[in-house]
Amino acid sequence: MLASAPPGGQPHGMDVVLTDRSIIWLGALFYLAGFIVGCLRLPRRQQPAGGRTMLVILLAFGLSSQTAGLYLRGMATGGCPLGNQFEIIQFVAWSAMVLYFIVGPAFRVSLLGLFTSGYAASLATISLLIPQWDAVRNARIFPNAWIEFHAALAVFSYGVFGLLALTSVMHLLQNWALKQKRLDGLFWFLPSLVQLNQINYRMLLAGVGLLSISLCIGAAWWVRDTGSVHWPKMLVTLAVWFVFSAALFLRWRGKLFGTRLSWTCVVLFMLAMMSLGPVTANPSKHPATLNHTR
Amino acid sequence: MDHEAPVLVLLGASHHTAPLAVREKLAFDATRTANLAARLRTTPGVREFALLNTCNRVELYGVATGAASIEAVRRTLCEVTGCAPADLDGVIVQRENHDAIGHLFDVASGLDSQIVGEVEILGQVKQAYDHALAQKWTGPVLNRVFQKTFQAAKHIRTHTAIGAGQISIATVAVDLAGKIFGELDPVKILVVGAGEIGLKTAQAFHSRGAKSITVASRTLAKAEDIAMAAGGWAASMAELPEVLAASDVVASSTSSPHTVITREITALAMKRRAGRPLFLIDLALPRDIEPDCATVPNVYLYNLDDLAQIAESNLAQRQAEVAKCRAILAERTAQLWPQVAHSLGTGGPIKAHE
Repeated sequence: MLASAPPGGQPHGMDVVLTDRSIIWLGALFYLAGFIVGCLRLPRRQQPAGGRTMLVILLAFGLSSQTAGLYLRGMATGGCPLGNQFEIIQFVAWSAMVLYFIVGPAFRVSLLGLFTSGYAASLATISLLIPQWDAVRNARIFPNAWIEFHAALAVFSYGVFGLLALTSVMHLLQNWALKQKRLDGLFWFLPSLVQLNQINYRMLLAGVGLLSISLCIGAAWWVRDTGSVHWPKMLVTLAVWFVFSAALFLRWRGKLFGTRLSWTCVVLFMLAMMSLGPVTANPSKHPATLNHTR
Repeated sequence: MDHEAPVLVLLGASHHTAPLAVREKLAFDATRTANLAARLRTTPGVREFALLNTCNRVELYGVATGAASIEAVRRTLCEVTGCAPADLDGVIVQRENHDAIGHLFDVASGLDSQIVGEVEILGQVKQAYDHALAQKWTGPVLNRVFQKTFQAAKHIRTHTAIGAGQISIATVAVDLAGKIFGELDPVKILVVGAGEIGLKTAQAFHSRGAKSITVASRTLAKAEDIAMAAGGWAASMAELPEVLAASDVVASSTSSPHTVITREITALAMKRRAGRPLFLIDLALPRDIEPDCATVPNVYLYNLDDLAQIAESNLAQRQAEVAKCRAILAERTAQLWPQVAHSLGTGGPIKAHE
């Protein structure tokens, strides 16, 4: 029997055997298994036949499980599962994995699967291991479908920024390896600097684009009820949008590139993730208030 | 060994047993090969044969009946090459049946090559077999053995790291450029100086798709000659700062006693490159490029020692794979040998189901 666990993770009744959290756990374990499989083939320069296929299969199972878990959670709560920090972190990890399956074949970046699996496994596992993040859930946070779409799109853009941070880390590692003349193990498989530069630019463009659309939708509703949004939340969200947009502008103007751009993207993503804490702390006096970071 | 029964035999010399001077004497050209084939065809007891002739080895694979016929083949080899039999004692190696198959597997997989894991040998074995097949020198035994050899060699290349990493200075540099730029087609190459190693490096880039090659030398006429040979453009040394800014890979091999590319002109060039990386390869002794250039962001500097170290590391990696490859090939040899033994006994073709 499938069921949604209440916040806190404990299922009701003895007949519940598979909760949304347990399915999400399963997804996290698949991601972890994919990461381990990817790491195991690193010491060998020659990729064993089927090694990548195994990684992709594990990640596909992980994504399916996570999607199923979040779907159950969404069905139980009657909307997009973005009601607390646990759900938001899960959604960010899910977005990154979805993006990997979308952009991975197009970019053909070696090791992106490994990095994404490690990243998704970390986010998913950490959020599962901190029960406080799932102890309370803001109920009925979306007054209409547009606001729900706005929130989902905003969190999805965090997923894009997450993947951007990963490709930025890959760029920094490749730069370090080439500068230090260390081209063994992991470094042997890393994509070229130019390819990573191009991918970073496109991901930055995509992330800023999605966040901008999300904010436009949110703004259209906000002007009808300016009291509906918590001001610190709005400021933090706008700050996140502004710094990523500034990075994109500087990249476009040729002022920010290479390792500086990579460091910028990594730092900005970490700041954005840290901003989730204060942003999700929705004051109870506005139970139906729109959360812009979601 | 019962030498009256048909035997799969290998008679040959390689860099392991013969110094270069001896290998030169043993080398086969078209006339010699035709002469050898004509004589082997009339040698009693010789059923099939194929000749593998490369710069590092001359090996004759055949099916012969009886010790006398094998001895006759050995004599023919000496006569055709003009070597005295005594001169080839210890040079010509003889292997039979199971061991001959194992040796051919090793050779085709690059395990027996001077540069372990090199890929060219497989093409040379294929060429030798195709020629023998076209001339109808081979029969059911050699056909089967060679087909299985190609499968084994392909398996080794796909499932092990025997061919991983480049092991010459020029190709290591090309691999590194791939790590920086990815596709090499749009990469612009600048060769500074008229050194042979610089030109070889440029040619290695050209063979991997780089289309734009510029040669800069103190003497413009010399630069033009080399540029013409490499299919590129010539520039004078005075133009170096300009050309540097427009190039992606710089291979420098001048005989100048002083550095030719300084940190200052590199930093200036980088300002005009809009973030595109620059790969500097210093192939000269004394060095042409100031080591401080490596501190400029987005500049990657490698000298001869760096490249040699990577090549050595790649070679060590290949050698570490040899034992694994040999185990795979031993298994395949053990599988093939009963089929070949059966065919040698019956003289008939090897059936597919065997």
